Amino acid sequence: MALLSNTAVLLGKELRTEFRSRELLTTTVVFILTIVVLFSFTFDPSVSESRRFGPGLLWLAFLFAASLMLQPCFLREQPNDTLSALRLSVSDPFAIFLAKLAANTLFLLFTQILLLPAFSILYNVPVLAAFPQLVLVMFMGSLGLSVTGTALSAISAQARMRELLLPLLLLPLLTPVLIASTEATAALLVPNPAMRWDWLGFLLAFDVVFLTALWLFGEYLLEE
Amino acid sequence: MTPASFSPTGIRFENIDKRYGGLYALRRVSLEISAGECVVFAGRNGSGKTTLLRVAARLARPSSGTVSVVNGSGELIGTPPPAGFVAHATMVYDELTAEENLLLFARLHGIAEPASRAQALLQEVGLLERRDSLVRTFSRGMRQRVAIARALLNEPALVLLDEPTTGLDPQGASWFAETLRGLRDSGRTILMSLHGESEVSTLATRAIRLDAGAVVADTRTGANFRSILAFANA
Repeated sequence: MALLSNTAVLLGKELRTEFRSRELLTTTVVFILTIVVLFSFTFDPSVSESRRFGPGLLWLAFLFAASLMLQPCFLREQPNDTLSALRLSVSDPFAIFLAKLAANTLFLLFTQILLLPAFSILYNVPVLAAFPQLVLVMFMGSLGLSVTGTALSAISAQARMRELLLPLLLLPLLTPVLIASTEATAALLVPNPAMRWDWLGFLLAFDVVFLTALWLFGEYLLEE
Repeated sequence: MTPASFSPTGIRFENIDKRYGGLYALRRVSLEISAGECVVFAGRNGSGKTTLLRVAARLARPSSGTVSVVNGSGELIGTPPPAGFVAHATMVYDELTAEENLLLFARLHGIAEPASRAQALLQEVGLLERRDSLVRTFSRGMRQRVAIARALLNEPALVLLDEPTTGLDPQGASWFAETLRGLRDSGRTILMSLHGESEVSTLATRAIRLDAGAVVADTRTGANFRSILAFANA
């Protein structure tokens, strides 16, 4: 119970500080929008090409955005050493990770849903037919990005060259999430959309494995 | 500061080494701090004072050796309550108000009535009128007062202070010395490092000097005691 209540309190703090500053959300939305627009102008794809390549481009944009968004997640705790204060206050350090990954997942999902109409217009791909299923895929994909990214953010925050380290570690590790999310999204953008439960199951397995690893070893990532 | 319900707590360091790569921050440190002692650590920059306090707070894991928390009878406490820690950094969020910061940490500690506890502490540190102001609008001294309030939220039996008067003006330092006197007189164990002149050092019941990560002097009375305190105040 203490784990859940601590997580809820910390999630409230993450949301409050972000919605007060809007630093992460604003930069991420602008970044993804820029990439999606640039891809659209560069390739000028037809409808069939959009359906074929669009999901991949979309998830690549999400992946780059995630590496941007996840970077400050632990870095912003450093100037005032607030991470130490959190460690002294929570009964289980896993609550710190849970709150951060929940906040990151929500931020990513919010950004993705916000940008879906722009993607639909620019690439001429209807998304409303399978909108609930798309949101589910985006949630599972965002969770995968956040679980891995939050753990790596904790590692890279203590390293030199931290700005370079996170993308270097994150991008290869997230390749399976990228493939599964792209495949599941592509199956929902065709004229007869269908949910690819096999890829969704793969995403679920990925999320569970990394979440378990974080639960087992997360405490060590926070130590000096 | 506040009438408290806490169990007297001491701390035992046994052969503590702390290495960062090849560099020893602490070297074979063995100390027995009894419940209710007020200990001042003195030493030059880099002598290991901050590291020792972070090890005591369990924020840094020793490379070797053990740290144990003991009760008033010297018996080990299995799950020690969290220490109150004031460090160089304020350990509070600039983007939150003073009250939001205290409420956040009070809720994490599981304090029964977080709002009234936060309000009482804001009153004690003289920031009640500024409780709705963002911490980033505060002066260094005001931030330090919030930091002190945060450290005392859970009425800790063990109080760890790393140069706690940093940023406080003379009135603030006097207020803090009085607060600390109250904590010491209530039986709390206090470990602090000091740098520069401070009337806080007059509260010490024991003085320990560190040099290159090792304890080189440890005394409770006499000329050596005064010389270590003088070193801390230098």
